[in-house]
This record gives sequence, structure tokens and C-alpha cells, in this order.
Amino acid sequence: MYAQQVETGTKAIKSLAEMGPEERAFQEKIDAEIKIEAKNWMPDNYRKTLIRQISQHAHSEIVGMLPEGNWVTRAPTLKRKLQLMAKIQDEAGHGLYLYSAMETLGADRDEEIEKLHSGRAKYSSIFNYPTLNWADMGAVGWLVDGAAIVNQVPLQRTSYGPYSRAMIRVCKEESFHQRQGYEILLHMMRHGIQAQKDMVQDAINRLWWPSLMMFGPSDAESPNSAQSMAWKIKRHTNDELRQRFIDQTIPQLELLGCTVPDPDLKWNEERGHYDFGEIQWEEFYEVLKGNGPCNRERLETRRNAIQDGAWVREAAVAHANKKQKQQAAA
Amino acid sequence: MSEWTLFEVFIRSKHGLNHKHVGSVHAVDAEMAIENARDLYTRRNEGVSIWVVPSASITATASDEKEPLFDPSEDKVYRHASFYELPDEVGHM
Repeated sequence: MYAQQVETGTKAIKSLAEMGPEERAFQEKIDAEIKIEAKNWMPDNYRKTLIRQISQHAHSEIVGMLPEGNWVTRAPTLKRKLQLMAKIQDEAGHGLYLYSAMETLGADRDEEIEKLHSGRAKYSSIFNYPTLNWADMGAVGWLVDGAAIVNQVPLQRTSYGPYSRAMIRVCKEESFHQRQGYEILLHMMRHGIQAQKDMVQDAINRLWWPSLMMFGPSDAESPNSAQSMAWKIKRHTNDELRQRFIDQTIPQLELLGCTVPDPDLKWNEERGHYDFGEIQWEEFYEVLKGNGPCNRERLETRRNAIQDGAWVREAAVAHANKKQKQQAAA
Repeated sequence: MSEWTLFEVFIRSKHGLNHKHVGSVHAVDAEMAIENARDLYTRRNEGVSIWVVPSASITATASDEKEPLFDPSEDKVYRHASFYELPDEVGHM
């Protein structure tokens, strides 16, 4: 979901009989739940798919810092500011764990980041929406990190060892994010004035549908899902995860005393799940293409960060070289 | 950053266990690698000691060596305590 559309380069899934000996041995390992490690043989498309998925996931963590960074200087109290900074620092960490996992596949970090900055790589559509009021920090933690958790918990069992280990580390840290977000909202709803309660509802109204889009297109529209699942890169379909997220979130919404902007949302006794309305996929594809409310601003901020930090990286190299020479001379 | 060295990071937790591999960082030198590892891998009291090693310095077993290296120990069940059946009267041993 942090990687919403990952091209697998496969038209049809091969049966074991159609595979060569190496690929068959590889698929049998996957089927037996044995992790694939960096030095193991793997099909070229498995490697490329993973690089695409892990880099999209990493980019999402990095770009995901920006909507929250907007509120560091505007947080209502020092406590909230410290919490927000800790969360943002975690997101940076998650991005770095993921870039490291990606590098074990032979991808180059600078090259992949350059693809992000030139608009050739995707990141999660959710981060192209603005964060307009303080309740957005609560709603992002609760809904966006909540959706991320639903996606990332099964990814701890993904077939590629380094990706799986990065996910285990990320998941350990993620529940702090969701709880601090929900607590912000709960505090506003229980102790806030009417204007603050309205801010909570407004934040949910704006972020609800984009949060559901985080799980990616419907299974029927997602030709790459089947291959990713056969390789056990993905463990559940987009629709399964979306349903799981809705089912666990609605009781929390009710506890807040808020609503979601979906007149069709209702509990379906027979299915044992919530029914929900049609997602506006045109909006999703437009955001993915770069036409969301903040796409241009996000990429510009990233490019500026890299350019403005260039002298620091150059200075670090110069300093290390100088130290090395001094040590050699001593 | 690609021209920076890749370091593998090992951390020993509070309880005196072995240093354990936790991931990797890029840095210009070992000193910076320690600083980066501290920021990245010990934000929540995860460790009391950090080792960093240039990734290029690590020699690893190859994946195609797995069977010749590790299979021989598979049939040596007598190396495990559970192989030895003792009467209940002996108690915990």
C-alpha cells in the first residue's frame, strides 16, 4: 500500500512444470516458506519487482515526513512537538531500513532517489494531500499509519529475507505512531471546544477516502497482484487488506463520536464485514500521475533538501579524507 | 552517497548477549558509521554497544555451499541432549 502499483513484468503465472530447474527450485523454496536471501538465485523479474516495491515503500516513508513536518513549528504544546518529531524521525529511519534492504538486491540508492526526484518513481498517493489543521496530525497517525500497519504486518512474512526483517523492525515502531495520532483526536473530542471538534471531523472527512486508496486498486484492476502473491512478496490482496482496515477502524471512529463521509457504510451481518461505497479511482490515478494537490510541492521540497545538503556531504568526505591523511602521516 | 562506504551494524543489547546484526548504514568513515548507527538503530534503548564493519570486509558462505557445509550435522542427533533417554527417577538433568 505504501507501494500501490508494482509492475511485475509477468503476463501469466508459470506452473512448476513450465519452469527451468533453477526457477522451479526457487518457487519450491517460496512455497515451503523458506526465505530468499540476497545471494540466492532468483528470477530477474522477482528481483526487479522487489526493487520497485521496496523503493516505492522507502520513498513513501521519506516523502511521508513532509506533511507532518508542516506541523512541527505549529504543534500546540511542547509535548506534542516532541512526539511529532519522534514520529518523523522514525519515518526517516523506516526509509533507511528499506533503502538498505533494496540495496541488497544490487540497486543503487542514489539512482533510485534520483528516479523519485525526476518523477519516474512512485510513492504512496496519500502524501500528496495537504495537512490543513492540527487534527490532521491526529488523523494521519490514526488512519494513515493505521492503514500502513494493516499492510505491513503481513509483509513481515514476505518471501525476501532483508525486506521481511526491515518490516519486523518497522512494525515494532509503528504502533506508537497510530496510538499518538488517535490520542490527539480523542483529546480534541473529549476536551476540545466545538471548533476543535469540528477540526477533527473535517480532518477525517478529507483523509478517509485517500486512506482507503492507500491499499491500491481493486483486485480485479490489479494484474500484478497474482504474480506478487505467487512469489509471496504480497501475502494478501488489496481488497482483503482494505476490508480489514475498515472493519477495525469503524469501532474506533464510533468511540471518537465522528463519522466518515460515506453514506453507504454499514455493517453487513451476513458477510461479517462493513459494506462501503465506491472509491473514486479516477482521483487515485490522477494523484498517482502527479496531479494531486501537493505532488509538485513534495518533489520540489525533496529536490531542494538534496541540493541544499550537498555541501554537508562534500564537507564530510573532505573531513574524512583529511583525518585519514593525518593518521597516515602520524 | 553511493561513493560512501557501506557498513554493517551489530548491536549488543542490555542483557549482555552477543552483538547481533541489525542492518547497515552508509558513512564516510567508521566514526560517522557509529554515529549514524546510533541514530538509526538505538532510538529506543536497543543497545549498549555498537560495532560497525565495512560490508566489503565480510566473508560469507556462498548459497551453493549450503548443503556440503551444513547437511553433515543434520544426522548427528546424538549431539543433542534429547537423544539420551533417562528414567524418570533421574529427575531434571
